[in-house]
Amino acid sequence: MNHFPESWGRPRDDIYGTYNPAYLQSTGPKAHTQSPAVTGTSVIAVKFNGGVAIAADNLASYGSLARFTDVKRLRKFSDTAVVGFSGDVSDMQYMDRLLESIDIRENYSTHGNMLNAKNLHTYLSKVLYKRRSEFNPLWNHILVVGFDGDKKPFLSSADLLGTTYSAPHLATGFGAHLAVPILRRLFPEDRPTEDITKEDAVKALRECLKVLWYRDARSLDKYSLAIITEEGVEIKEDQRLENQSWAFAETIRGYGAQVV
Amino acid sequence: MTSLVNQQPHSEAIGYSFSQSTHAPNKQHSFYPYTDNGGSTLGITGADFAILAGDTRSVAGYNINSRYAPKVFKIGGDDETGEGAHILLSVVGFAADGHALKERLDAVVKMYKYQHGKPMSVRACAQRLSTILYQKRFFPYYVHAILAGLDEEGTGALYSYDPVGSYEREQCRAAGSAASLIMPFLDNQVNFKNQYIPGSGEGHALEPKKAGPLPRSTVEQLVRDAFTSAVERHIEVGDGLQMMVITANGIEEIYTPLKQD
Amino acid sequence: MFRNNYDNDAVTFSPQGRIFQVEYAQEAVKQGSVVVGLVNKTHAVLVGLKRNAEELSSYQKKIIEIDSHMGVAIAGLASDARVLSNYMKQQSLGSRMTYGRPIPVDRIVTQIADRAQLNTQQYGKRPYGVGLLVAGVDEAGPHLFEFQPSGMIHEMVACAIGARSQMARTYLERNLEQISTSSRDELITHGLRALKETLSQDKELTVDNTSVGVVGQGATGKTESFKLYEGQQLVPLLEVLEQSDSAETREEETMEVDS
Repeated sequence: MNHFPESWGRPRDDIYGTYNPAYLQSTGPKAHTQSPAVTGTSVIAVKFNGGVAIAADNLASYGSLARFTDVKRLRKFSDTAVVGFSGDVSDMQYMDRLLESIDIRENYSTHGNMLNAKNLHTYLSKVLYKRRSEFNPLWNHILVVGFDGDKKPFLSSADLLGTTYSAPHLATGFGAHLAVPILRRLFPEDRPTEDITKEDAVKALRECLKVLWYRDARSLDKYSLAIITEEGVEIKEDQRLENQSWAFAETIRGYGAQVV
Repeated sequence: MTSLVNQQPHSEAIGYSFSQSTHAPNKQHSFYPYTDNGGSTLGITGADFAILAGDTRSVAGYNINSRYAPKVFKIGGDDETGEGAHILLSVVGFAADGHALKERLDAVVKMYKYQHGKPMSVRACAQRLSTILYQKRFFPYYVHAILAGLDEEGTGALYSYDPVGSYEREQCRAAGSAASLIMPFLDNQVNFKNQYIPGSGEGHALEPKKAGPLPRSTVEQLVRDAFTSAVERHIEVGDGLQMMVITANGIEEIYTPLKQD
Repeated sequence: MFRNNYDNDAVTFSPQGRIFQVEYAQEAVKQGSVVVGLVNKTHAVLVGLKRNAEELSSYQKKIIEIDSHMGVAIAGLASDARVLSNYMKQQSLGSRMTYGRPIPVDRIVTQIADRAQLNTQQYGKRPYGVGLLVAGVDEAGPHLFEFQPSGMIHEMVACAIGARSQMARTYLERNLEQISTSSRDELITHGLRALKETLSQDKELTVDNTSVGVVGQGATGKTESFKLYEGQQLVPLLEVLEQSDSAETREEETMEVDS
């Protein structure tokens, strides 16, 4: 204790070390999200005859730590659409709350929720674009699947910058590198999506998830799969890639303990 | 103890870092709000038409996002069908800004029609687009825009812009990633630069070939040639060619495939 | 000295539970020239009788397009209607911007109703002096809404507001069955006939004093964009009306012979 009141009750440097004054900063710019914290990796989706299939694993990573292993990254919107989120998980939960409140608001009108997947994608891309323009981005890359106003299968993407694009098959994150080439080979874009059966599409997604599990270090063998058709949305949230093993690696030069 | 040496005004043996200034240097934003989605656009005018074209590839780095992401839009028409539009806009650069710009201009043209009971002239629309771009002078729409339509005389009109709103009316313009490949080709084939009338004289007396409006079939072929060549030499250009032709009869859209490699 | 102490503002109830300013605003609607609206299974039609203030002036606007899927017909203060329709236009453009969809008709009608209601509850405000018939299509089909200055809205099958509109309503009530099963063109004719009922003896429907607006679902299920018929475009519609009228009178004559 000394006779300087401004020092009372404060940690002493000789005991605790000097304190970094930057943490106390009360002036300067408001700090927005500079980088994501807890993140989900790829989302992949394919259009098929009469619907769309989408998949994402159930992992939320904290950097390289596999932090949460039971996170649902496919979110349903009112039986008409599914949104798959990669990127920051807290921003995903914020956007999910937005979706919830829209659904409630829409259902107040006489004819219920008339927003289709295309409308939803337009809305979400506007939200993402607005936030990037405020330099306060929602750190996500999303895929929206469902049907458009003409009842045709719809699949489109939007990212944290508000960029949007659409194609017969899409993937975010690592999937853009690893899954899209597989999907493009299986289902060439010049062939109509009507030629693809639901079973083919789901099988292809599982194959992609397998490749991702082996080659994307931030992925998991537990995943969710949603299939959206005229009949409605079917989400399976506790799927598993069965019998996967790295055991074969030992026999390959460059992996595991090397003999010779 | 160190802080005592540095700045502690009191002659006290123990240092308290809380008495230090809490002002740290301002941190820089690490979030970069732009990206380049690649692609190229091209516009050429004629005596009674204007053509605006663009490839349909969208890229992110070395990835192809989509093989069909149009860059040429009808302005002031019905949302789904584009019916009733009389102006074309192409945007290349950052696609999200391009979309936002297109939607703003579209809303402006629609409100103009509603408030004045007549369609907005291309000249007025061109001026308005410039002010829209300039309004975001210090956080620009990162796009090169080209606006096309028919002027009061029915002649093809083409206006090209930089990202912050500088604009001029031109006969032809290429924009986007392959602009530097296409523009010299247009200088030569549309404005006849470096073309001379054979046998008109020697040295300085050699007469340059005079440029004039080209017929539609010639222009369409020039556009196709420009893009097939650009596809060969630029990795961000390809997949499809979207051509919009505006004449007194309305807007015609022509899609032709390009190489996907 | 004062006939009534409860009509100085729109926020005070009379002891009988009435708000006189709102009722006066509704009188303004009754002063306006008549507009008729009706729907069948695919289309919604608006028909209006235009007045010119004097011989030399132009005719007023009775039907305003809000968006490609919606239009309004007005009876009452045209300037109030302009403010309201501008607001509707803005909202509908906003919906197209944020969701990429045409705004559902009941949604936008509720929005203007809420705005109008505010004017009946805030001191210093004045109710809108205009009644609207809003016709439009959305995913749930064609709709017709009646809007009153009180903030009241009703979805209607057929409706008429404005001067002498009772005659039109009587016609609509008597022909309700036929209207709901009619075709697009028959629906327009029904609208014109209802409008004709309201005319005084010496008046006729002409290309100058009539307005027709049609919106609906086309054969392919796509929206048939709002179409406003005015001036010479009305000629074929009025011809059809005339033919159907003469057919009717002939029918009546034969019926008289029968009896």
